[in-house]
Amino acid sequence: MTLVYIEKRPIEVDGDRNLLDACLSLGLDLPYFCWHPALGSVGACRQCAIKLFRNEQDTQGRIVMACMTPVSKGMRISVVDPEARQFRAAVIEGLMTNHPHDCPVCDEGGECHLQDMTVMTGHDYRHFAFPKRTFRNQYLGPLINHEMNRCIQCYRCVRFYREYAGGHDLEAFGLRNIVYFGRKEDGVLENEFAGNLVEICPTGVFTDRTLKHHYTRKWDLEMAPSVCAHCALGCNTTAGERYGLLRRIVNRYNGELNGYFLCDRGRFGYEFVNSERRIRAPRLRRDGKSEPVSKVQAIERFGRLLSGNDKVIGIGSPRASLESNFALRALVGPERFYAGVPDATGRLIAAMLAILRAGPARSPSLKEIEHSDAVLVLGEDVTNVAPRMALSLRQSVRQQPLAEVAKLHFPLWQAHSVQEAMQDAKGPLFVATPYATRLDEIATETYRGAPEDVARLGFAVAHAVDAAAPAVPGLPAKAQAFAQSIAAALKSARKPLVISGAGCQSDAVIQAAANVARALCGGERVAGLSFTLPECNSFGLTSMASGGLGDAFQAVREGKADTVIVLENDLYRRAPAAAVEAFFSAARHVIVLDHLENPTTAIAELVLPAGTFAESDGTLVSSEGRAQRFFQVFANSGDIQESWRWLRDAMVAAGRREVNAWQTLDDVIATMAEALSVFARVPEAAPSSRFREAGAKIPRQPHRSSGRTAMLAHISVHEPKPPEDPDTPLAFSMEGYPDQPPAALIPFFWAPGWNSIQAVNKFQSEIAGALRGGDPGVRLVEPPQTRNGSYFRAVPAAFQPRAGQWLLVPIHHIFGSEELSLSAPAIAELAPKPYLAVHPEDAGELGIKIGEQVEVSVEGAACRLPVQFRADLPRGIVGLPAGLTPLEGTGLPAWSRISRVR
Amino acid sequence: MEKPLTQNIRTDGEANDLKAYEKAGGYQALRKALKMAPQEITEVVKNSNLRGRGGAGFPTGPKWSFVPVGKDAPHPKYLVANADEMEPGTFKDRLLMECEPHQLIEGMIVVARAIEADVAYIFLRGEYTLAAERISRALAEAYDSRYLGKNILGSGSSVEMYLHLSAGRYMCGEETGLLNALEGKRANPRAKPPFPQISGLFGKPTIVQNVETLCNVPHIINHGAEWFKSLSRSKDAGTKIYGASGKVKRPGLWELPMGTTIREILEEHAGGMRDGLKFRGVLPGGASTDFLVEQHLDVLMDFTEVQKAGSRMGTGTMIVLDDHTCPVGMVLNLEHFFAQESCGWCTPCWSGLAWTERMLSAIEAGRGQPDDLEKLAFQTRFLAPGNTFCALAPGAVEPLQSALKYFREDFERHIREKRCPWRS
Repeated sequence: MTLVYIEKRPIEVDGDRNLLDACLSLGLDLPYFCWHPALGSVGACRQCAIKLFRNEQDTQGRIVMACMTPVSKGMRISVVDPEARQFRAAVIEGLMTNHPHDCPVCDEGGECHLQDMTVMTGHDYRHFAFPKRTFRNQYLGPLINHEMNRCIQCYRCVRFYREYAGGHDLEAFGLRNIVYFGRKEDGVLENEFAGNLVEICPTGVFTDRTLKHHYTRKWDLEMAPSVCAHCALGCNTTAGERYGLLRRIVNRYNGELNGYFLCDRGRFGYEFVNSERRIRAPRLRRDGKSEPVSKVQAIERFGRLLSGNDKVIGIGSPRASLESNFALRALVGPERFYAGVPDATGRLIAAMLAILRAGPARSPSLKEIEHSDAVLVLGEDVTNVAPRMALSLRQSVRQQPLAEVAKLHFPLWQAHSVQEAMQDAKGPLFVATPYATRLDEIATETYRGAPEDVARLGFAVAHAVDAAAPAVPGLPAKAQAFAQSIAAALKSARKPLVISGAGCQSDAVIQAAANVARALCGGERVAGLSFTLPECNSFGLTSMASGGLGDAFQAVREGKADTVIVLENDLYRRAPAAAVEAFFSAARHVIVLDHLENPTTAIAELVLPAGTFAESDGTLVSSEGRAQRFFQVFANSGDIQESWRWLRDAMVAAGRREVNAWQTLDDVIATMAEALSVFARVPEAAPSSRFREAGAKIPRQPHRSSGRTAMLAHISVHEPKPPEDPDTPLAFSMEGYPDQPPAALIPFFWAPGWNSIQAVNKFQSEIAGALRGGDPGVRLVEPPQTRNGSYFRAVPAAFQPRAGQWLLVPIHHIFGSEELSLSAPAIAELAPKPYLAVHPEDAGELGIKIGEQVEVSVEGAACRLPVQFRADLPRGIVGLPAGLTPLEGTGLPAWSRISRVR
Repeated sequence: MEKPLTQNIRTDGEANDLKAYEKAGGYQALRKALKMAPQEITEVVKNSNLRGRGGAGFPTGPKWSFVPVGKDAPHPKYLVANADEMEPGTFKDRLLMECEPHQLIEGMIVVARAIEADVAYIFLRGEYTLAAERISRALAEAYDSRYLGKNILGSGSSVEMYLHLSAGRYMCGEETGLLNALEGKRANPRAKPPFPQISGLFGKPTIVQNVETLCNVPHIINHGAEWFKSLSRSKDAGTKIYGASGKVKRPGLWELPMGTTIREILEEHAGGMRDGLKFRGVLPGGASTDFLVEQHLDVLMDFTEVQKAGSRMGTGTMIVLDDHTCPVGMVLNLEHFFAQESCGWCTPCWSGLAWTERMLSAIEAGRGQPDDLEKLAFQTRFLAPGNTFCALAPGAVEPLQSALKYFREDFERHIREKRCPWRS
């Protein structure tokens, strides 16, 4: 820490920071635009001007930009100096010369950094008496709206988009006071993280286009801390609702995890909650007809199906909360609770968790991934499977070049100086996958091969790092040399990282990844090993289920079960249609709890409306192994309730007295933590429902919620009592504790004078550091202190193409491959049409042309797909978009036959 | 009077080719420099007190000494000739490049040796097509004679030299904007530190030097630091190519001892004002310098003395204002240029210059408001050095701030009479 004088008062600040960062870390209000904690300083906007004095005697001082001035010992500065204030007001006035002052009709209004900073500087009277420049706006796709006239030229958009997120199609055009930030031509922004522009832009140039369809001001939203359900990374989000509609998702800062940024699937996938396919009332099938029934009837019926029935099994879900899965497990008994995923997937995930539990490698947080200095990706299409991780990897390749730049002795927060010194240098990142991925463009080297060959490469890398790891017989010289160079790069890194996962559905691939990570662990060095998991609670479900779907099918087939409860799971996405149909027709009773109509709910005898993440509370365990609580955003309408509550009600109805104690979510969590030691720390993920600050609950609504008293005035002028929330310390109200709650309970970022999301500055212990009191979430898996275990030794044989057959692999798409977000219209618009990807030479052999329809058959299932050429696929391998074809339920990879449709 | 830079320039406007240049003693400095250690070259230049001729007057030798040299130095290192002569009223480098291109090339090779640069670029203003043609030819000749390329004259020293034509922006004259442009990026300025000597072109150590500065180097090597200092009439060493434009009798360029008075340049060399016109003021060093007026005519044109008088010597090429030209119109013209050329990076510059131009335009058109002068004066303070990212805007408001001082009555008349008094 370094002693400086601010307004003549001595104070200790972090000497590695710039003055803006230091002032904000101290909680001072100093306006800024071009600076962003994740993007660093570039000195463009000149908004953060302060006075710097030479010494104690200097009363004149000079204006400096706080963001460009390093902290130095004994320096004297003033933020409130009149000249500095006048200068800051003049900057605002200057950058507003072209701003249209259209706040009343601007989506950013009420949470606009420009509004906040304008008020902060005190600029309130316009002197500029000339016409403003105007621009034509562009169509940028269904996610983002463009309104260039509001631009104040802070350059944050292009800096984030190009320099941070690696995008290519957003640029700064023109010069002087006519700089246009847009694409060369209208079109969908290509980058998977474009949605962050909504938050990066300090004003209303880039706004959330999905919000536009059901616009609400931030101050009128009811908000709660949430966790993204659209992949397994568990990014923290803030979800906002009004009038029973989920309006939008914004980033919820978590220093260890997503930091300031989300991926577009996570940000824009929420609209499934508002889908017309939502199940809003219980439905009972009688005499072949499915009809709505009352909640009471449904529970009674459910209870009756259970009572005295010892042939009930439960199918859990990787997209349902721990609590709901656990409630089902409690209902049916541990032996009769099955993970609702294909057996092979279940086993694969279990194997990954076992590897992480055994160590010695450790599953890193996204922040740790960002700071890794050499990375091997084995078999994963990271951008499309765990998108936010790809953004972290884009920062990780900067680590080694940054270490070089640090030798030039200028501060590393000076973003453009770093970039100029670094140029295109990138640290080691190796990508070995069956098909080309977005990260290839920043990779040191890439490798294309079938899952077996990817695994073999991995085994060879492990052997090259540590000769005790098994060697790979018959590896081609080229792959051998590649393995050597990967090994050398990983070995010389301080924080090496291996990424793998379920993408290839291959045991061999994850074993190879585990071997590499194990080989790299030694001495002080603990290598990172990150497994991307398929769904938001794959970790949690796998940790409590013993069998998979196949086992469940067998139980029914063998007559050991005849009543099936399916929890938030469309089994048609999990198993071949024929198998699912056989399963359901063999079962006498099928009860399904879910929130969206799907083929499984269509078949059920009893359908119960489950709350989505926005209408329930619960815990998800991320692929890192971090248990995180998400909170109900708005009170349920109609009969919708949490799945665990339906199950509790049914058990009560069936006379299961032990669950009478389950009054609140805390009770379920407590039972679970006791029953399953892996979840012992889950209660710590967030304060319990009994938590109060100064005797009050935490309000979900901002205190300025303007329409509160008018919302229901057409029904009654008496303001209704806010709905109760027995499960959490949050209130469905604007009344409650007015100050900052514990990190896990922050419903929205707001601070006096800071209405935009940049109010997060006020919630951090230091800028870009942890939230006050520590970032939320508890890790459920840590490698043991003592090194034990051994290398996997089952090196697979090389891939052999088969005559007349093609290995069908899934090709993942950020937009389309994930089930829930696909029901969000904007995401669906961006999802690819189903296709079959074929290597052009393979296509030549098959005699098929681009666009031609072919029939793909695999294990009894078949479908017709148009052909696309992908020269990046290895010969003998074809691909189809994951989650988008009728073959989804077929376990892939699988050998398929392809025939032309005549 | 010695005129090392221009003494051999042909009167017919043609360039000296390699033969002619060599005949007049060309490339002798290079031969000499090749026998000197890099540090020795830097030392001589340091001792000569040569200051940069691009406008800022930074001491040349000390600038080079920040470049890391020796076997641990990063490579490639770069030398860039700033030949993007975009300053309004300035055309001195053009003469040197069009008529004596080998002098520049020789200077660059010597400097490249001093800093152990591997690659040199001549960043040339795009409109200077004749210079481009002649430099290209000279480069080819120099390569053919092994003055350039690998193992120059068998010395073991190597340098590759390229001519780069600018796409044309005033910002490219700012050394860091130039480097960005040369990298194919927007010509936005870079933050300093790090200085280009440490992290310049493509992130490598780089020296950017004005053409006239580089042309002085061979002569300093040939004749020594003391000789160079003796050329001057003031503390700043050497000769200077001065110029004059505006309604003087003989606009042009003259190589004169550093420290020649403004009066001598204007009255003796430029022949005084055209008949019937009276001198009102002068921008001493290009468009981005403060006006000097009658009382300053005996100021010595060098970096120190002009600064004392409240302006800057800048490029040393003067723009003269006469009594038949509207000062408001002249300043408007200049501010229009600067507003156009703002790169759009920092708020005070892009907003302030555009606003300034608009106010001046309104005043000139007779739509000025009484408080406009206060607002204009505010802009000149708002765009002061340190407030903006680079020197463009502070330079841009120099003629305005001094015009408001010396020609205030003219501005007030415009506003009072709601018209430009110079227009009928």
